[in-house]
Amino acid sequence: MLRFIFRRLLQAIPVLLAVSVITFLLIHAAPGGPFAEEKAVPPEVLKHLNERYKLDQPIHIQFYDYISHAVRGDLGPSFKYPGRSVNEIIAAGFPVTLELGCYALLFALLIGIGSGVCAALSPNTWRDYLPMMFATIGICLPAYVLGPFLVLVFGIWLEWLPVAGWELIPGDKILPSITLGSVYAAYVARLSRGGMLETLSRDFIRTARAKGMPEAVIIFRHAMRVGLLPVVSFLGPALAGLLSGSFVVETIFQVPGLGRYFVQGAFNRDYTLILGTTLLFASLIIVFNLIADIMLAWLDPKVRHETING
Amino acid sequence: MVDRLDSISVSPRQDAWRRLKKNRPAMFGLFVLAALVTLSILAPWITPYSYAEQNLELGPSAPSSAHWMGSDLFGRDLLTRMLYGSRISLAVGFIATAVALLIGVTWGALAGYLGGRIDALMMRAVDVLYALPFTIFIILLMVVFGNNIILLFLAIGAVEWLTMARIVRGQVLHVKQQDFVEAAVSLGLTRLQIITRHVIPNVMGPVIVYATLTVPNVILLESFLSFLGLGIQPPQSSWGLLISYGVETMEEYPWLLIYPAALLSLTLFSLNFLGDGLRDALSER
Amino acid sequence: MIRLQGLTSRGQSKKFARIFTLTPYIFRNPILPALFLFIASCGFNHETNVESGTRQGILHVGNGDEPRELDPHVVTGSIEHNLCMALLEGLLDRDPESLDIVPGVARAWEVSEDGRTYRFHLREDARWSNGDPVTAADFVYSWRRALLPALGNNYAYMLFYIRNAERFHRGEITDFNKVGVKAPDDLTLVVELDNPTPFFLQLLTHMSYFPVHQATIEAFGAPDERGTRWTRPGNHVGNGPFKLKEWVLNRSIVVEKNGHYWDAGRVKLNRIVFYPIQNATTEERMFRAGQLHITGTTPLDKVEYYRQERPEVLKLFPFFSTYYYLFNTGASPLDQVKVRQALAMSIDRQQIVEKITRAGEIPAFSYTPPEVNGYRAEPGFSYDVERAGALLAEAGYPGGAGFPPLELMYNTSEGHRRIAIAIQQMWKTALNIDVTLVNQDWKVYLDKRDARDYQVARAGWIGDYLDPNTFLDMYTSNSGNNDTGWSNLRYDTLIAQAGETTDRERRFALFREAESVLMTDLPIMPIYTYMSKALVSPDVRGWYPNILDIHPYKYISLVQSTD
Repeated sequence: MLRFIFRRLLQAIPVLLAVSVITFLLIHAAPGGPFAEEKAVPPEVLKHLNERYKLDQPIHIQFYDYISHAVRGDLGPSFKYPGRSVNEIIAAGFPVTLELGCYALLFALLIGIGSGVCAALSPNTWRDYLPMMFATIGICLPAYVLGPFLVLVFGIWLEWLPVAGWELIPGDKILPSITLGSVYAAYVARLSRGGMLETLSRDFIRTARAKGMPEAVIIFRHAMRVGLLPVVSFLGPALAGLLSGSFVVETIFQVPGLGRYFVQGAFNRDYTLILGTTLLFASLIIVFNLIADIMLAWLDPKVRHETING
Repeated sequence: MVDRLDSISVSPRQDAWRRLKKNRPAMFGLFVLAALVTLSILAPWITPYSYAEQNLELGPSAPSSAHWMGSDLFGRDLLTRMLYGSRISLAVGFIATAVALLIGVTWGALAGYLGGRIDALMMRAVDVLYALPFTIFIILLMVVFGNNIILLFLAIGAVEWLTMARIVRGQVLHVKQQDFVEAAVSLGLTRLQIITRHVIPNVMGPVIVYATLTVPNVILLESFLSFLGLGIQPPQSSWGLLISYGVETMEEYPWLLIYPAALLSLTLFSLNFLGDGLRDALSER
Repeated sequence: MIRLQGLTSRGQSKKFARIFTLTPYIFRNPILPALFLFIASCGFNHETNVESGTRQGILHVGNGDEPRELDPHVVTGSIEHNLCMALLEGLLDRDPESLDIVPGVARAWEVSEDGRTYRFHLREDARWSNGDPVTAADFVYSWRRALLPALGNNYAYMLFYIRNAERFHRGEITDFNKVGVKAPDDLTLVVELDNPTPFFLQLLTHMSYFPVHQATIEAFGAPDERGTRWTRPGNHVGNGPFKLKEWVLNRSIVVEKNGHYWDAGRVKLNRIVFYPIQNATTEERMFRAGQLHITGTTPLDKVEYYRQERPEVLKLFPFFSTYYYLFNTGASPLDQVKVRQALAMSIDRQQIVEKITRAGEIPAFSYTPPEVNGYRAEPGFSYDVERAGALLAEAGYPGGAGFPPLELMYNTSEGHRRIAIAIQQMWKTALNIDVTLVNQDWKVYLDKRDARDYQVARAGWIGDYLDPNTFLDMYTSNSGNNDTGWSNLRYDTLIAQAGETTDRERRFALFREAESVLMTDLPIMPIYTYMSKALVSPDVRGWYPNILDIHPYKYISLVQSTD
């Protein structure tokens, strides 16, 4: 097991390197520099800015410079925010995004697995249709529709919750978490329903039933283990997506997280900020996928051998 | 209830179709989807309005006998714009999902079945692609190739297959340990035969579910890309765009959000019914 | 599969029903109702920000976006200007209502006969927030810093009216003594200008002329180093009515009353909290829910609601800014004046401001806003579809026949999109011209505009000071902001002449003549004059609508309103 984890972490090095090379090339190929503004920047000012941020050097030297700092943990200064380093921006935003993501995930798993399994246990009854209907609507209502709608209902009409902010007013974390979590809840619900239905019809469940095992044991110990495999595969990318995809939610609810930099960094051509957040995102994907694979193995003993020793 | 003996005498495909036909929700879904496609094709003959012609004097008006679903900020008939929008949205939804399916299933099945180093290499490549900054990628795509609807399909397919590949691989790892695969190996089938005939059909359940979820996702993603400038441009419309514009005025002109969102939900319901039906029909082999 | 289960046993469903009662509670989803109750219990009876803020003298302001920096010589935007205005004070200030120049750090000043030399007398009691006196030397130091080439100050050109400032900035001279700013003693500052610049006093209220505290700057780096830590809470030293207390990235900036400020007696607010809210919809909702006293703007679609329901909080007033389209005059068919005139004349601006933008914007037929400090531009053309058709025919495209499809580029934004859609239709109806809309991400848009890789492009310009020059000098041939390729010798001469003229009426006459050249040739097509659309709580006093949309916090107070 440890060897497996070690090997996967070793594989992370070429992945991160590839990500940074490709991203570096992409952003430098994109038109419009980081300093362009509505009012034309005088050429002499631009020249000094380019010198200051070493943009006047050949691209391979810039890259070498960036990487050699990055491996030492220095992601460079932000171009848009002259007084901030990328490390500082990540340090300020990431914990917030992580917290938001955790609440959202918790919400998604509770609601999603709960209603998905519930639906699978009594297929084609109202217990199936009702949660699945909500799941379907949930998928059709992306965050940019659901968020403003929830704000309208709970913030403006009922006046129960703050309409925006993060740690500004008690209760302001609830709506963003629900908004971010609900799309994922809908996915989890559908995937777990599908997986459970499939599993409940398998031979080993029938055998267990024939042996007279208690239903609760069958469902929790046996069926869910296998039935939730698709959910687990989905979770790796979903978790990473929760963190980077919180852009919309963060904008709607004025949450000072990192998600908005994934998109805004690109719009602002804040080269170092794009690279920094992308590398962070890549690391998260590697870690979450690793966790998902370990969980897959743990849930399915037959796979364990294949994944970990194979 | 199906007499399972039947399936022996008929070809599997016909068999599946026969079972699907008996599944009422699935047939309902199929019917709705077919109706939507037909309506979007026949749009010019159905509605007396043009999707582009503005009537600024009219402006946003609530549903009435003249405009069944109201009109938008420019006084354009919403129903007309939804009908024309379905052309783009359905095309994007199905084609991009098909692209994602094709690449994702192939990639995932190969990685999962071959295992070992090849698996590691293929999945790390997925990780790399997943991490790249999508916004910059889209901006560049536009700058290099200009605005082009084909590009839209490719760009969307290019992101959506990644998750698909992971799901398929996870399933394949599970399936290939099953007895029937081992039996197939011992019968001397080639790897390709085993993958296409035994492994892929057995992972189709979750794949179909995920694919039906991908369609609305893709339809909504289109509006983000159009917003960035890749995709359709005004005065054309699509469901995703109608919804994202509807959100802005949800308090003032709620119909501009409700109807397009309802139409998207109806499509997704139909897709789910059809998807579940298909999975049931196929997995009973 | 569904049927398969039925196949295994009919009694299965009963069995399932039994498990159902046994399975733990999560399967029944009481989570949703529980969550609902929880949410409900969170709400109710909380005092809103506005209520508690008004009670404690804390103003909650929506401020557009996260400021890039708080250094007045590094930043340029209005978001940063709002903050710098609270933290620093220039030689002069503006009256919040009339925008007239009032004393700031300088209590009095004299101008020489030829309008080229200014002598400022600083007040003795001006202090930095650490208690140090504010001296004339501080201004010399600050303006030198603002001009240092390596600092990369985008607004350095604002100081170019000072003798030799431009040459110093370009590195042609390195001795700052040759630049026209001197401090003969601690309380006197003498400034020499190249030309009589009637708007020079106005420039002094702009942040590019604000002073910075030398010891603080140099404690954290070289004078020309960008982004040092001197602007952080705890480090920042300013001379404004407020001092920096807290700065949490992307969440809020808190400033509190500065006891050392010379006019502290007038400052009524104890604190101001600035929120970097980008999303106008979010900002409006926070206002409606009582989380903000003042917003920067109002979403397009909400103006009507406030006009009907809460007119007392909606502040609509003309803004010193023009919304217009650029024509790339370098390529056919837009190289023909008649084509440009036809395009400009065939747009129904009244419709656009009434049906699309809907905040009472003023249809524009001149580039400068209607009234600029006594200057009044003549309408250069009119809305005349017939004449437009005739002009297009004269240009060789009768009825739009043979006119190549036109590409209209705008940067991604809902407002720009709506206007472009309306104009697309207007040109189609009036002139039978096909227009393709192309929206581009902001930086691509800037890049294409700068490279003149466009046909028609949307643009907007905000004046820096109240004088027609801030608009008109940007379309001279060698201006870095002239992206149209248009060049007119007569126009250049007129603008240059105006720059050397002291007599106000003669100067304005020259500007009027220049503007009529611009509005005949139409390298740019004005559409409307912007409106500021702020929402201001009735509790807020001392906040006045004005054309520059600046609202010095020094004069603002909070009083519980009586509704």
